[in-house]
Order: sequence, then structure tokens, then C-alpha cells
Amino acid sequence: MTAQATPGTAGAARAVQGAGEVAGAAIDALVPRMTEICGRGGVLTDPAELATYECDGLTSHRCSPGLVVLPTTAEQVAAIVAVCARAKIPFVARGSGTGLSGGALPRADGVLIVTSKMRRVIAIDQESRRAIVEPGVTNLAVSKAAEPFGLFYAPDPSSQVVCSIGGNVAENSGGAHCLKNGFTVHHVTGLEVVTPDGELVWLGDGTGAAPGYDLVGAFIGSEGTLGIATKIIVKLTRIPEAVTTLLAAFRTMGAGGAAVSAIIGSGILPAAIEMMDALAIEAAEAAVACRYPEGAGAVLIVELDGPADDVRRETEAVRAICEKEGAYEIRAAHDAAERTAIWTGRKSAFAAVGRISPAYIVQDGVVPRTALPEVLDRIAELSAASGVRVANVFHAGDGNLHPLVLFDDAVPGAEEAAEEVSGAILDLCIAHGGSITGEHGVGADKSKYMPKMFGPGDLDTMQLLRCAFDPAGLCNPGKIFPTPRLCGEVPGVRREPHPLVAAGKVDQF
Amino acid sequence: MAGRIPEALADACADVSEAGPGDAVAGVAPRFVARPAGVTEAAAVLTAASTLGMTAVPRGSGTRLAWGVPPTGCDLVVDTSRMNKVLEHAAGDLVVRVQAGVGLDQLADVLAKAGQRLALDPPAAAPFPGPANGASTAHPPHGAGTIGGLLATGAAGPLRLRYGTPRDLSIGITVVRADGTVASSGGKVVKNVAGYDLGKLFAGSYGTLGLIVEAAFRLHPRPAATSFVTLDAADRESAAAVTALVASSPLAPSAVELDRPARREPFRVGVLLEGDTEGVAERTARMTELLGSGSTQPDPPAWWGGGAAAAADGTLIKVAFWAADLARVLGAVDAAAVSAGIDPAVGGSAAAGVLYAAVAEGAPASAVARFVTDLRAEVGAGGGSMPGAPPHRGSAVVLHAPAEVRAAVDLWGPVPGLGLMRAIKDQFDPQHIMAPGRFAGGI
Repeated sequence: MTAQATPGTAGAARAVQGAGEVAGAAIDALVPRMTEICGRGGVLTDPAELATYECDGLTSHRCSPGLVVLPTTAEQVAAIVAVCARAKIPFVARGSGTGLSGGALPRADGVLIVTSKMRRVIAIDQESRRAIVEPGVTNLAVSKAAEPFGLFYAPDPSSQVVCSIGGNVAENSGGAHCLKNGFTVHHVTGLEVVTPDGELVWLGDGTGAAPGYDLVGAFIGSEGTLGIATKIIVKLTRIPEAVTTLLAAFRTMGAGGAAVSAIIGSGILPAAIEMMDALAIEAAEAAVACRYPEGAGAVLIVELDGPADDVRRETEAVRAICEKEGAYEIRAAHDAAERTAIWTGRKSAFAAVGRISPAYIVQDGVVPRTALPEVLDRIAELSAASGVRVANVFHAGDGNLHPLVLFDDAVPGAEEAAEEVSGAILDLCIAHGGSITGEHGVGADKSKYMPKMFGPGDLDTMQLLRCAFDPAGLCNPGKIFPTPRLCGEVPGVRREPHPLVAAGKVDQF
Repeated sequence: MAGRIPEALADACADVSEAGPGDAVAGVAPRFVARPAGVTEAAAVLTAASTLGMTAVPRGSGTRLAWGVPPTGCDLVVDTSRMNKVLEHAAGDLVVRVQAGVGLDQLADVLAKAGQRLALDPPAAAPFPGPANGASTAHPPHGAGTIGGLLATGAAGPLRLRYGTPRDLSIGITVVRADGTVASSGGKVVKNVAGYDLGKLFAGSYGTLGLIVEAAFRLHPRPAATSFVTLDAADRESAAAVTALVASSPLAPSAVELDRPARREPFRVGVLLEGDTEGVAERTARMTELLGSGSTQPDPPAWWGGGAAAAADGTLIKVAFWAADLARVLGAVDAAAVSAGIDPAVGGSAAAGVLYAAVAEGAPASAVARFVTDLRAEVGAGGGSMPGAPPHRGSAVVLHAPAEVRAAVDLWGPVPGLGLMRAIKDQFDPQHIMAPGRFAGGI
């Protein structure tokens, strides 16, 4: 759970540091070799520097890494991993460190491999609508690079200005517009990865129709537990001819929810449908003065994109639906500046909550869209019964809730109360046939909820995949699965020299 | 061939019979056919099979059963025809959950009642002789195949340009592993990143990792109107140019297909536009203007999406490439065909980088093998050097072929990540009893 600005829950992570002197000595022994691979500037050993990597976007989980390396090439990543594999030292990959589930939480007895120096957009093929990028490239940088060709990279997590494509691959990131465009897994067609034994291998071939098992699909969303992506082939999408953003204000959440159902029921597929409740609006107003209509119990943001005539007609249809469902004010944005004005409140909502509460937990549960009204009612009941305030900001189109559970970390017991409400919200999601995470990942944070969503056979089978990639369990261990599976020796496993050893040599960069 | 049904197998499933000649899988005759009625029976069947050391091949309606390499063992066919229930259609959520034996046509009928569809349109094919036509089959064979078969083969049609392939619309899956363990991943919500996505792994796995028993999918509204804009392109270059022009247009085509029945004929290019009535009319007019010519019709032309259905008795090759490489790939098809002395039909989802070459029955096996080998080398090379690109930027896979052709050429060709695939197979099916040998690299 994300408890920002609350150092209180770091205790569990600290225990990892009890790995002891032996691990420390083993890691120290790696430093000369790592320095050979990455250069002196590419290896961090100073405790003060290491501490800056002690958490990702989930600040409640902290652990200083044993060692940080900053490779600049795929070959360096492969060499680093090979060193770790030989020494049986765990390693964790990290991109920009914006993840919200502790997926990049380091290990005191391990090496943190930071890809932030690998940030080249290597090639763009306009006609194939593909780009080849390194993992440290930011999400937005890919779209910026593609823009002159009339193309963009569709997945757009809220952190897109800073989050890395490598991290997006690990988490199968979505974003507000994934309602129409899909997730990272729908927009990546090839991956060069370093396997957990230090081999450099291509998964897929960039076509999106490579023969064999869909290793690209299996790798995306595996939260860094199957290897480290060193090159990513992304699909680019044509920039739509027209984009219109509507903001509709409703007196109640129920009315807003009814409008969402009516829009989807009409056969229109908007690029995004977002919703905020009164408390979230209040926070956004306090933080960025987004000037949403006064007195709103709920605001709905609906974005439509596509051919100009279609967008014009769909905009009118959505406007009519919102009016019918009781919207008392509707604003339409037709250009980038107007759109930004509407989106500002929504995009700042998480941070803005800091204005109305000293600390908060963000959840990421998902429910079937039709269950939204009931689940929101139940969340309100939970909030009323416990006295814990909950602000709701969510991707209404796909039922992905982001309840912000507010608390004052200066008040004894407040955090525990908030965590209880937060956990109860996840239970609600599971009970309604949903998921514990829509886009933030399981990471270190939610692995304890996995057995509530999946049975032992499910978790065991998922870990067979893990065993195929990482039988030694060194690659980002302790994430996703509450109980690691022992892989054992499987007779007959054959590993071939990958065909890229030679190709690595002809790399022109 | 067949024999008395082992007790353990008979105990596991109420419907087990000795196999008949029509049950052969790519020419390999099984001994028994089990038709489990649901997940529990399916798990019991595979538990029994693995205990008995029997090899097992899953089968839906048999539409694509001849795809892939013939299995190296096939003691038991696990037929999904009794698992044919649509378990849950949550229309308001645009989600459906079905058993694996549900036919695509059957599902389409159910969804159409709510104005929805599963946006996958694999070509319908005549079922291969026999397999699902036995008297005990609980459901008639489906021309377009079953959900399980669709997932297992990863088959897709023209709509792949806009909606992708089965792996893109699958949101949850339940499988039975070789040892009878039942496992699910995903769920019934579209947005979900909890745990590994086994659905991706099983999509296109040809039955080699286990039996798919249930699946959930994201649905889309059925478009109120469709329009097909078609025109002829005299040669490869102009066909490629038209394809690129359409793909880069802002008119949101749902599909762009090419088709050429024989080398001396022109290419037929077809563009599918979908949406509301007014929008489709407007975009059709704009598309026609963009192309400078073309005729318009509301229904698909006869050749639409036929690529993969062609040559049921011949050789069908799927060619995948980066879209910019289209003209060069078409050139490679022609050069390889001329050199091999054959004249395959070519067609497919050109803008999505997928084409099919269909060689009619009767072509000499050595010629077809040479064609495949030459084409594979050219397609894999991509369009020359590109920094950072993978070693192969395309593939040519033989989906099905007569026995003589199968003997003469590697059906799969080079596969990126094969070592990892072998490791996955060894984890999921350590005894190699599930559809052994059907997949790439002997998996």
C-alpha cells in the first residue's frame, strides 16, 4: 500500500538488511568486476548514494540496495547479470523508480541494476509504425520522437513524463487512454532481454506475429521477475485526426455512474472515461485551482478521438447522454490548451490529496464496470463506519478504482485504520469478480492478497513460468508471489547458445 | 490400433470411446477419444492420461487440427465438444466467459443478441475429414472452429489490424496441465495486472502446454454499418503503396486486405470501414477520394479474408513481416515461387504485416520446400540493416501441408527464444505428453 510521506511502515523492509555480514562481503567482492563492466562512474557503493535508491514510488517500503550499477548497454546488463548469477547474488532492475507497488524495491543483499542511462530511441520505422528504444527512455519521449511522423505511443500512464518504457514493460502499464487503446502488452512486439542467467535473447521479432510461444506477452507484466528488457520494439499509433474532451458535472456519483453505463451501452468507445468524487475535486481545487464546476458530487471526463466527423457526432451523443443523466454543466475542449485545463485536475489528483490529508494510501483495485455503483456505495459505507475518509479518482470506463484512503500519520492508530479500510476495499473488488490491481502491479506491496484472488494451483502454475526463466530465483525475488516455488532440477532442459552473440558484436552503437 | 479402454480413463470421464479412422491428428491415429463435460472431468482425464503415460492431443471442432507438425505420440484425443457452454455474458461489462468447446458461430449468435461481438474473424474452413463428425459428438462441428482451437492456434483474420489476435482480447483463461492440475490466470475484468498472464502463453501454444478449458474475452459493440472499398492494383509496388496510404490515413480502417489468386493477375485491395451509419458513409467517401478510384459495397467481397482458408489440401504458409517491408516481401514470394516453379495464391492482412501463401495440392514437395526455404531467408532478413533490430524481422511458417511436404521442410523455421520455450515446455509438461512434437523445435 502506498503510504506517502509516512516512514512508519518501513520496519518490515528493514528486516531484509538482517541478511548480514556474509551477504555484505559477497557483494563487496563484486565491486571490482562491476567496475570493469560499467566503469567507475557506473557503480555506486557510498551508503548515502545507495540510500537514494531505497524505494520506488511506493515510499512505505524501503531498503538500501547492497550495490547500485548503472549500465549503458545491453551487453553491460548481460555481463552484470552473469556476474550475479555466478555469485548467486539477487538482482533487481529499476527504471525511473515511479512504480507504485514496490516492484523495484531493492535488496540489501543484492544488486540494483538501474537502466536510466540507457535512454536512446534507436530507430523509428514510420511505415511499419515501430520504434526500437532502450529501457530507460521515458514513455513521453517515445511519443515525442514519433510525433514528427504523425505517430504516438498509445499507453500513457499518469507518470509518463518520467516513467521509463522498461518499467512500463515490467508492469504492463496502462493509463487513462487504455480503455480504447489497450495496455503495454498490446503495443510491444519485440523485446531484447537479459535472462536471469545473463544471456542476451530476443523475444519476438517486432512483427507481433512471431512463431512460437508468446514470450513477449508472458514477459510483459512479469514485474521484473523473468529478466531485464534491454531493447523494446513498440508499436506506434497514428495520431487521431480529432480529439475532444468533455467535462460533465453531476450532483451525485450515482448520476455520473449511470452516464458511464449509458455511454458504453450506446456503442461508443471513448479513448478515456475518468471520474472524480467531491473529495477528490476538493483536493484538486486546493492544489491546482482546476476550476471544475461548483457543487459537483462527481465530475466525468470523457475523451473522444478518431476521424473528425465521427468525433463531432460522438461528442454530441455523449453530451446528450450526460444531460439526460443529470449533468448540470458540460464543458468541451477542442484544442490542446483547453484539454490541458480539463485534465489538470484529474492528473494532479493523487498529489493534490496531500493538500487535504497529511498521508494517504492509493489502491488500484478493479471491478466489472457494472458493479461500480454498488462498490462505490460500499466504499462510502466503509468510510462512514470507520471514520476514515476516502477520495475516489478512477478510470470509470474500465472499472479501475483508485481510492485514496486518507489518514494523519501523526495520530496513533490512524495508519492501521486506513490500512484496514484499504484492505477491505480490495476484498470488495475480489468479491465482485474483479482484481487487486489494474495497473500498479503486485510487487512487494500486494503479494499477500494474491492467495485471495488465486488458488494454490494457479499460483503454482504461474511460477512454472518463473522456474523456466529463473530457476535459481535470483531475478527480483520476493515480488508478486507470497510463497516462492522451489523449481528443482528438471531433466532434459536444454539451453541453446542464443543467436545474438554475433549480432551483439555488430551493434553499431 | 485401438484397444480396450483403460479403467483409469473410463473412470475419469463418462464419455470415452475407442478412436476411429476419422480421429487421426495430421495422419496420426489415436487409440481413444475422451470427451470431458467440464473442467473437473477434463482434469480427471489428464490425470489419468499422465498416470498411464499416455500422450494426449486436445481437439475442438477440428478446423485447424491439421496445423503444425504431426504429433510424435497421440494415444488420446481430448475432445472439447461437450464443453460448449457460454458461462457468462456480462453485456454491460462487454465481457464473455465461455467453455473451450464453444463454437465461434455459436458465440457470435449469443453476442449478436446484445449487439456485441468478439472482434476476431479467423477464416472459416471446412473441417478436416472426420474428426468431429462422429455420432457421439454432442455439438455439430463449427466452420470457424471453437474458442479453444482459436486460442491454441492463435488464428486471426482481417480484423487483426484493429483488434489484434486472440491473445489481445483474452482477459482470463483456465487450463488443465498435463498432470491434471487446474490453473487460472487473469479473470473477467479487462484491466488486470495481478500475476502472470497464462493466457498469453497458451495463445498459439498448439496444445503443447496443456488443455484450455475456459476463457474470458473482452468484447466490442457490433458496428452499425460496414463498408468495403475495393480496387485493383496492377503490381506489387502499387499494391504496397495503396496499403501504406490507407494504413497511414486518419480514416481508422478496421482492416486492409490484399489478395492475388495467381501471379499473372492483379492484386485486389480491400479496405474495411466500420462505425455508425453516417460515419461509415463519410469515411467511405473520403477513402474513395484518397485512393482516387475503387468501388464500394456493404458486404465483404468473395475473396475477403480467404488467405488462411485456401488450400485445405495443399500447403498454407503464414508470412509475417514489418509492414514497411510489404513490397519486398511480395517480391520475395514471387521470386521464390518462380524459382521453385510454382504459383501460390497470396493474400492476407497486408497492413498488419501478415500474408498467407497457399500452394495448391499436387505441387511437387521438393518445389514447395524450396519455395519455403527461399522465402524464409528473404523475409527473415527484413529490409536490410536497422540499428538495434532483432536478427530476424519476419518469418514464414508452414501452417499445414501434405505429408510429403512436411517431410521435406522444417515447418516452423527459426524461432526467437526457442531455448526459453523448451524450458517452459519442460516445466509445464515434463513428461512431454501434451501434443508432443507439434510445435517449433520439436516441442
